[in-house]
Parts: sequence; structure tokens; C-alpha cells
Amino acid sequence: MSTVQVWTLIFVAITFSIYIYIAYASRVSTTSGFYVAGGGIPAPANGAAIAADWMSAASFISMAGIIAFSGNGYSGSVYLMGWTGGYVLLAMLLAPYLRKFGKYTVPDFVGDRYSETARLIAVVCAIVVSFVYVAGQMSGVGVVFQRFLGVDTTVGVIIGMVIVFLYAVLGGMKGITWTQVAQYSVLIVAYLIPAFAISQKLTGIPVPQIGFGQIMEELNGLQADLGLAEYTGAFTQMNMLNMFLITAALMFGTAGLPHVIVRFYTAKSVRAARFSALWALFFISLLYLTAPAIGAFSKYNVLNDIPGTAIGSEPEWFKSWQDVGLITVNDLNGNGLIDVQGGLGDAFELAINNDIVVLATPEIAGLPAPIIGLVAAGGLAAALSTASGLLLVISSSVANDVYYKRINPQATEARQLMVGRIAMGAAIVVAGYLGINPPGFVAQVVALAFGLGAASFFPILVLGIFWKKCTAAGAAAGMVAGLGTTLAYQIWTIDIYGGSDGLFGINEVAFGAIGMVINFIVTIIVSQFTTKPTEAMQQLVEDIRYPGRSELVAAHAAGSLDDELLHDDHGDHGDHGGRKDES
Amino acid sequence: MDAEQRTSYWKRNLRLMAILLVFWALVSYGAGILFVEPLNNFSIIGVPLGFWFAQQGSILTFLILIAIYVWRMDKLDKEFGITEYEEEVHHS
Repeated sequence: MSTVQVWTLIFVAITFSIYIYIAYASRVSTTSGFYVAGGGIPAPANGAAIAADWMSAASFISMAGIIAFSGNGYSGSVYLMGWTGGYVLLAMLLAPYLRKFGKYTVPDFVGDRYSETARLIAVVCAIVVSFVYVAGQMSGVGVVFQRFLGVDTTVGVIIGMVIVFLYAVLGGMKGITWTQVAQYSVLIVAYLIPAFAISQKLTGIPVPQIGFGQIMEELNGLQADLGLAEYTGAFTQMNMLNMFLITAALMFGTAGLPHVIVRFYTAKSVRAARFSALWALFFISLLYLTAPAIGAFSKYNVLNDIPGTAIGSEPEWFKSWQDVGLITVNDLNGNGLIDVQGGLGDAFELAINNDIVVLATPEIAGLPAPIIGLVAAGGLAAALSTASGLLLVISSSVANDVYYKRINPQATEARQLMVGRIAMGAAIVVAGYLGINPPGFVAQVVALAFGLGAASFFPILVLGIFWKKCTAAGAAAGMVAGLGTTLAYQIWTIDIYGGSDGLFGINEVAFGAIGMVINFIVTIIVSQFTTKPTEAMQQLVEDIRYPGRSELVAAHAAGSLDDELLHDDHGDHGDHGGRKDES
Repeated sequence: MDAEQRTSYWKRNLRLMAILLVFWALVSYGAGILFVEPLNNFSIIGVPLGFWFAQQGSILTFLILIAIYVWRMDKLDKEFGITEYEEEVHHS
């Protein structure tokens, strides 16, 4: 075993013991504890949990590489602006109002505000989006274990499954929340230490956000010498229309993702929900402001060291990643040197996998083995925290929205809790299977999940709060139209299926923004012609806009309101187990 | 709160939101994308300005916008005598 592997093992063992201990210490016995941690999490902790939940293996491992290596620098800004800008929308348009409504899940809000039909559509959307997402996390876990511990990917995924099972099933949302606070600490320390060190080494300035300005001009020059587009140049890779639409799809998608929204239900109060959004973006921005610097530093190092190097005499870090096949060199012109004239990637002499940039940073900067081990533990923390948050969304959608609300409304608390735990266990098994046998297009599909989130949930949540007269039929039609058109366009244009250029060259992720507009239009038009929500429901929607105690909201939260007051279609909340159409 | 107070509270909340969302759109879609090319003629800490807005400036602005929102809403609540915050909101 190499020194790096020993240190990785040590860090992984220590951090995993902490996570499991925390889950054990905060184990729960109530459904409210299991689904929303009893709604009693203080804002800074809730913010750190949102940050860990939100920043997945993709943010931690891949993003810096995507910005610097698969893009030319500027085009990667869609991820930076898109994934952070959504929090502004969440903080102002959704978080406080959803918290006041006081439910367990996003489908729960949709079902209560609109109708049972809308609830079922929302359950399907939530489960699809979450599974798509969780598959990527589990395979990320496998990759980290494989590279740093030398175990088989399958074994790595199974270790990850066991860990998540232990703390998620035991502690539910309460355990997950406090575990995620610990995981956030691990991942951010692991991300920042190498960034500071490499910035100091390269520029003499330890703050990467400033250090990266020092090398920008040289990096632009290096890229120009090698025949690559300018690093800071605009629209060399992606046109303005797609920049616009992808940024929008990621922003509104963030504000529509069920595992992020559910986090505002765990806040202590309406005020704490607002503060949670602020803390979340603060914790997220520590990583998001650093990622573009890490990307630029790595590209600068690589372009400085590698082009023109004789094959066989590359630096050590280069060789170790070559050994696992994540860097490939192909001497196309047979001159024995690595040439990057014209570009990087599979069609050129040098191809670098995006996922190695962050993991390789400490090695490139020549940092000691313990730091490399720490980065590996950080990558695992990022993947596992997101996976557990998603699994909770799946299990609460099944146990609360399907089992309790539709199948067996008389279920006791203990029984609901048991169903929740069984659903969680089953979801973990499916997630593990998807992680071991990832559909070849996981990376693409994860980005697509955002488009689907934007096109399905965002409009009906916002209209549900800000437009009293938005009707159940309108929301159901809007969700179906938004999700349907977006899915159809994605299948039509994504490489592995249709591979079409689509309309006006609009990218498959970008279409989520258009699907969202379609959802808005359909919801508003259908709402004009269908039965308006009852007086009581309109009053309830108005009441969630104001802080302070409202008899109506309190009665609603306690479940003591007569359903017929809120919905014209009796039989809601599954009282009769049957479903009636909302129109 | 009586009906009149409610209307005034909601109007002020909406106005605050509208102003902040204008800035949200200006830094991201505006400075980061629409006007990135002209802005790139200027630079900040060695980085072309438009590029800097797209990779750093917009994120910093988002943070400031949420901070202003949280601070102003607290002030607004205080003005209207809201004190619910010590008691938690419960779930059904």
C-alpha cells in the first residue's frame, strides 16, 4: 500500500466514524423527526447542510475541470452563475412561504395547495429527478475508492451504500442534517487547503480568488501560442443564446429541485428559513468562488509543463493518472512529443478527464500525501451527503405522499416510520445498482435533471404562493406540459438518442428554461377557464404571505381543517383511498 | 395586523423583491453575458471585467442581495411588530 493510500484510509476511517456516531446520537422515533428533523434546525447548521446536500460529487470533483479543460474558461461560467443564482430565487420567492405552509415534501405542498392529481404528478417528478441524480453520486463514490484505495468500483459502491444505509435509515432527516454539517466541514477544508497552497506556490498570493488574476494574462498568452481560443474570451465555444438559456435553466432548476426545497422545511421558523438561504449560499460560495481559480491554475500548470514534452519523460503526477487511464496521450504525428496545437481532447494528442483536476491538484502542486488523502475524503463526503439527501426525498415521497396520504391514512406514526425506512432501504439498493451499472450518460443526465426541475416544479410553486387564483387543473396541466416538452426535446437532441441539432441549435440542458416558460403559460391560461380554488384555500394562500400567527395556517398545519373547505374535490388526502379528477 | 397593514406589508415586501431581482438579473444575464464583450475592455485584479462578473462578481453580488433581503425583512417585521420568531412553526 502506498503512503497516499494509507493516508486516504486513515482520513476515510476517521470521517466515516464521525458521520455514523452523529447519526447514532441523533436517531429519531417520530415521522416529523425522520422527514424534517422536527423542523428545529438552527439556520447556520441548516445552511451548511443545504450546502453539503447541494454540492455533489459533480461540484467537488468535476466542476473546476469542466470550466478549465472541457470549456475555454468563459463558457463554464454558466455553472457558476446558474448554480448560485438559484439561491436568490429560493430565498425570496420560495423559502419563507413554503416554511410557513409547513409540510414535509414538495409533492405534499403541491397536493395540499392544488389537488391529488397534481400531487401524484409531483411525486413522479420528484422520484425521477432524485434517482437520476443519485446514480451519478454513487458512481462518483466508486471512482474515488478505486483511484485512492485500489479496490474494485463495485466494492467501493457497496461500502458507500452500507454507510449511507446506517446513518440515513437510523437518523432520518435529523441524522442526515447533522451528518451533512460534518460532511460540509470535511469537504470545504479538503477543497480550500490545496487551493491556497497552489495559489501561494504559483503566484505568491495565498488567496486563490486574487492569485488567479495574476496568471490570467499569461494563461491567455499560453492558449494563444498553442492555437487555443482565449481563456477569458466570450462566446468562443457557446453562443449567447445558449449561455443565456443554460444559466436560466440551472438557476430555476436549482430553485425547483425537491431535495433543496425540502431543506427549508427543516428550518426552525420562517425567519430561520430566510437565514438558511443566506448561510447556504455563503457556504456554497466558498467553494464556488475557488473552483474557477483551481481550474485556471491547473490549466496553467498543464499548458506550461506538458506541451512539447517528450513522451516518457512527463512529471510523476501525469504518469500516475495516465496509469488509471484518466489522462491519455496519443502521438498522432509520431514525433515523440506531446503536441496540443489546435486543442485538447479525444481528437487531439492530449486528453485530460475533467474529473481528475481537483483530485490531482495537490499532486500537481507537490503537496504531501496526507493532503491527497484529505481531498479523497472530501470527495466522498460530497458524494455521500448528496446521495443521502436525495434518498430521503425518495423515501419521504413514497412513505408520506403515496403510502400515508393515499394508501393508508389511518397508519400509526410507528408504521409510517417503518414504511419510510423500508422505502429508504429499497432506494439505497436501487441507487447502488445504478452506481455500479451507471447508464453511460450519467453526467449528461445529471445536468438534464436541472432542466426537468425548472420545467416541472418552479412555476407551480411560485404561482401557488403569489397567485391565489391559480387552479389545480392549471397546475397539473402546466406540470405535464413543461415536463413533457422538455423531456421530448432532451430525448430528441441528446447524443445517445436522437442526436439532432434541435431548434436554433438550443442545447438539451438549455431547453429547461423554455419548458419552464411553457409551464407558466399553460398554467396561467388553463387557470382562467377552470374552477377557482375555494375561498378558504385563497385565504390560506394569503395568510402564508404574512409572518405572525394565523389561525388558518395553524389549523391547517395541525390537520384539523375540514378538507372540503380547501378542495372542491372531496376525498382529498386519500380519505377514501380513491382519487377524483380536479376539474 | 389589520387588512390595511397587511396590504402595506405585502406591497413593501414585493417592492423589495422586485428591486433585488433587477440587480440579480443585471449582474448575471447583463454583466456576465449580454454586455460581457464591452466590459472585457476593462479589468479588475488582472481579470477582464466581464469575465470576472461571470466567474466571481455575480456570485458575490448574489450573496449581498440575499443579505440585504434578510436584513430588510427583519426590519420590516420589526416595524409591524412581528414576534413569532421565538416560537417554532409546526408541521402537520
